[in-house]
Amino acid sequence: MPGVDRLRIGCGAGFQGDRIDAAVVLADRGELDWMVLECLAERTIAAAQVRRRADPAAGHDPLLRARMRALLPLAARRGFRIVTNMGAADPMGAGHAVVSIARELGLPLRVAVVSGDDVLDRIDPTTPAMETGQPLDAQGPLVSANAYLGADALVPAIAGGADVIVTGRVADPSLFLAPIIHAFDWRADDADRLAAGTLVGHLLECAGQVSGGYFADPGLKDVSDLAWLGFPYCDVTADGRGTIGKVEGTGGAITLRTVREQLLYEVTDPAAYVTPDVVADFTAVELAEAGENRVAVGGARGRQRTATLKVSVGYLAGFLGEGEISYAGPGARARAILAGRILRERLGTELPDLRIDLIGVDSIHGTNFGHDAEPYEVRLRLAASAPSREQATRVGMEVEALYTNGPAGGGGVRRAVTERIGIVSTLLPREAVQPAVTWLCTDERGWSGATRSAGTASASRP
Amino acid sequence: MSRGDAAHRTLHDLAHCRAGDKGDTSILSVFAYRAGDYPLLVDRLTPQAVAAHLRERVRGPVTRHLVPGQHALQFVCEHALGGGVTTSTALDAHGKAMAFALLAMPID
Repeated sequence: MPGVDRLRIGCGAGFQGDRIDAAVVLADRGELDWMVLECLAERTIAAAQVRRRADPAAGHDPLLRARMRALLPLAARRGFRIVTNMGAADPMGAGHAVVSIARELGLPLRVAVVSGDDVLDRIDPTTPAMETGQPLDAQGPLVSANAYLGADALVPAIAGGADVIVTGRVADPSLFLAPIIHAFDWRADDADRLAAGTLVGHLLECAGQVSGGYFADPGLKDVSDLAWLGFPYCDVTADGRGTIGKVEGTGGAITLRTVREQLLYEVTDPAAYVTPDVVADFTAVELAEAGENRVAVGGARGRQRTATLKVSVGYLAGFLGEGEISYAGPGARARAILAGRILRERLGTELPDLRIDLIGVDSIHGTNFGHDAEPYEVRLRLAASAPSREQATRVGMEVEALYTNGPAGGGGVRRAVTERIGIVSTLLPREAVQPAVTWLCTDERGWSGATRSAGTASASRP
Repeated sequence: MSRGDAAHRTLHDLAHCRAGDKGDTSILSVFAYRAGDYPLLVDRLTPQAVAAHLRERVRGPVTRHLVPGQHALQFVCEHALGGGVTTSTALDAHGKAMAFALLAMPID
């Protein structure tokens, strides 16, 4: 791959449950070199650890098989390669699952599993959490600790010719930066280029959020054909400049405004966006229209990476109990308020963390900024954290009992209990985290055509 | 819709906004529709004014970063999400709708 003058890298998933059909369109018609599937939110690995304790085969992404069945045949036919963090709490299990699907489909391929993010055996539970200053395990028993790996953990797998790279916790932009670093042979100390590639990854990592998703506001910001939103790609050149685009004929829009919103999305300091690879400064980024649904990006600057890696630590945080009931017509709000008083009287002592929302009045912002007209209908929501599943179940039961014991005309009860995983963070010195690549193959040949180093199936390499 | 009516003008008439979250922190990115309105937004959307407007949800400090090249103001609002997406009892635990709480702010 080194020696190319342009790399096209696409994003086929921006969160765990993202649309598969949009990824199929991008895979089939996007003329990609690489597709990244970013499917891990902050708490996803911890949730996967909890699932895995009940079922050892459930530690990786539950949609892994569906996504791979849809995309592997297209990757083979169109000649692109895949990077994904769908390994979640079990990258090795996910790697084996990819190989078994490829065998079923009759596709030869080489899978590289990049592990080493799991550092639960290496953290001190008494270390103060970055968020609270309290010990990491102060709020509940720890179930996971995953360091954010950087692009350098993935580059050996890319250089080795993997068709599919499966990993767990890797910083989202690093999933995109790694193929770019390898393609253009960028130096590890070239901070401006690393920042340029990080910008590309940051813009792509939420998939549809740069191409018209999470944007429309009818009358002010209209977006056409959102039902068939096109997922984005970026054409990157060796100097680090990129152009964001999408497949012709797909829905959505790529404009200065959509790209601008994603540029600053979840960035706590635009002058210091910290990843495992670099500290990027986005304050001088330049965006320019480069045709219909194409925006050129560049101008990120970089400083040397930090000496530590961030670690996301998951702990058991009990259960969330919820119940909802609707009131409508004359006096709807008064009846919902009465229902809330009844619920507080019955549960408030047992579950002091009780929350009562009037949906349709002020449940989302805690106020309605004076928009206080009488609502035609109100949905009451009761929610509480509880230490046990039994107590959490009581929340929904008490709401359900309002059918026969509460105010007049209550209908449409829904109830739910959710096990909760809390997340706190700490830092580890880089030396304490050692990524490793394991190779898994259906046979001796894959499809990428890239230069391969020798390797045998299932042999670990440093 | 009160676009152009200065007596009832809100930020929604002048700017667009996207909300993101990191733990218990809500990050609100505000962009002027017209470059000419950016100085007005910089003047009115002080961290104090934003904190006061969002006081029902934001319990911690509000920090402002300016990105003039994008006609943008970035607000980092701490203790804004009821403990964060993983443990909050709030309906919108991510604070996805926080962008529109800020856009409801009156701009005289």
